[in-house]
Amino acid sequence: MLKRQIGFITLLVAAALLVGCQTPEPTPEPAPPTDTRPISTPPPTPEPPTFNDNMEPYYPGTTKLLPRVFYFELDKAVIDQADLEALETHARVLMDNPRRRVMVEGHCDERGTREYNLALGERRSDAVSSFLKAAGVPASRIETVSYGEERPEDPGHTEAAWSRNRRAVMIYR
Amino acid sequence: MKGRLHGISQAVAGITFIVAAALCQGAESLDSIIIDAGYDQQTKIAVVPFRAGPEFGDREPLSDIIGFDLARSGQFAPTERGNMLSFPAERAEVFFRDWRILGVEYLVVGRVTAEFNGDVSVSYELYDVTNGRAMAEERLTAPLAKWRDLGHTIADVVFEAITGVRGAFSTRILYVLAQNPGTEYARYRLEMADSDGARARTLLTSDEPIMSPSWSPDAQRAAYVTFETGRPVIALQNVATGERELLPHFPGINGSPIFSPDGRSLAVVLSRDGNPEIYLMNLADYRLRQITRHHGIDTEPSWTPDGRSLIFTSDRGGRPQIYQVELATNFVERLTFEGRYNARARLLPDGVHLVFVHRRDGTDHIAWQDLERNDLRVLTETALDESPSLAPNGTMLIYATQDQGRGILAVVSIDGRVKYRLPSSSGDVREPAWSPFIDGLKSAF
Repeated sequence: MLKRQIGFITLLVAAALLVGCQTPEPTPEPAPPTDTRPISTPPPTPEPPTFNDNMEPYYPGTTKLLPRVFYFELDKAVIDQADLEALETHARVLMDNPRRRVMVEGHCDERGTREYNLALGERRSDAVSSFLKAAGVPASRIETVSYGEERPEDPGHTEAAWSRNRRAVMIYR
Repeated sequence: MKGRLHGISQAVAGITFIVAAALCQGAESLDSIIIDAGYDQQTKIAVVPFRAGPEFGDREPLSDIIGFDLARSGQFAPTERGNMLSFPAERAEVFFRDWRILGVEYLVVGRVTAEFNGDVSVSYELYDVTNGRAMAEERLTAPLAKWRDLGHTIADVVFEAITGVRGAFSTRILYVLAQNPGTEYARYRLEMADSDGARARTLLTSDEPIMSPSWSPDAQRAAYVTFETGRPVIALQNVATGERELLPHFPGINGSPIFSPDGRSLAVVLSRDGNPEIYLMNLADYRLRQITRHHGIDTEPSWTPDGRSLIFTSDRGGRPQIYQVELATNFVERLTFEGRYNARARLLPDGVHLVFVHRRDGTDHIAWQDLERNDLRVLTETALDESPSLAPNGTMLIYATQDQGRGILAVVSIDGRVKYRLPSSSGDVREPAWSPFIDGLKSAF
């Protein structure tokens, strides 16, 4: 949001300068400012950044954040079809930004036993990691960790809380 | 308290109150115990307040510690102090008729004296009221710091003298206390407390999760999983000295540590090769031996009492069920068939009865199964019940459950008829591990 505003302000300033140029005022100007920017042409529209300040990626070329949290069915580690497009985009972001690495966390809801959930959480982080690798991301740039049910997103004990807690989270570094 | 109240609730109510006040001295201790159910036919026992000098005036009365231990077993109904007709402290002061009138079957009297070196001595006798015979008499001496252990030790002797079953009141429990879980202020503590929840002390504090505590067979060390490095790693810690080591760890899961009955190796779960498998780690040289080899999840090992097999959870059949693997042959056998989710099993000392988490109608309960007759019985009716851990005498098990949205510990007898809860006001308590037998007067903690 902030970056978008800065971009907009830059355009306004450029426009103001252009308007200034076109004014046919013969009055001799004082010494030209030391600003070395060319004022004859507007600066090119800045390329939208790939990541925001929290290292969260945008859909390339847009200012819309890519979802980084993917949710799972109870006791399942199968990626939802609806998430495939976002995950493909993550793979593209990673391949276009070879210095970036990603940590994939796997989490579970509180139902079921804790150590089984630690394994299930690993299945979830592995599912995301496998998808990224299959899409061409080098394995060396993906890490996974399971927290089982130990780090709920929502500490509640309702179906709604549980569905938010069964997740894999991608954290860029 | 629940509807299924028996004699115990009335008999114990007064005692619960007294003990609750006494337990408050340790700020982190578990709160007072709430007894939900006991047996219909309870043995009436009177534990008369022990005679003690004023120097012990601010101590939790030993008779309360003993009476409450016995009451928690569900098998005893201790006589309330207010109903006692006399307060004998030794044989010469006992009039058995006073106790027969009250219907009391057994009587415990005692007296406390201070030794010159600061130790405390307790002499006590247990009488059979029907015939006036002494069933146990003993003089115990211990440092003052062992005050509660004196009470638990006497309760152990009384319990065994009357029931024939070794008492387990001197044992300890390990558990995890989670404060503000699910927030950025989350804090986790590994706690150790008396079996009644009192005298809690913190063995480890971390901003990262702590999981799966278990005891070494000599009750000197705890094994657990800590995320303090950002990943699950297994640690061993001396519970008396606090001395600690992180075991060699591998990429992926390092979890479910559990000591072999001889204490020489640790069954663990590692996913270093991409899949959670059960391994044995020799604690002398850290060498690993892989036990399971299956593309399903294999986890939550525990030992058969003879040390020859492991019981474990596997979803190799599609859903989590309990299996057994014989270590000499790696032969695997499935043990549970009823229900679609059975996990984290522990075998009773008899090697025949299994307790585990069983999902019924979408809710997790603690269940019990006789492996010879294969009948399954659900022991708990609450929701999100997990982590059953057996008392070393096999009479009770402690587990984690939820009460009004909060994680608490609860205890149920193996026959399901005795129930009590150990809530905590300090946070969510979970993953209890009941210690092996401990000589409370000799232990270094």
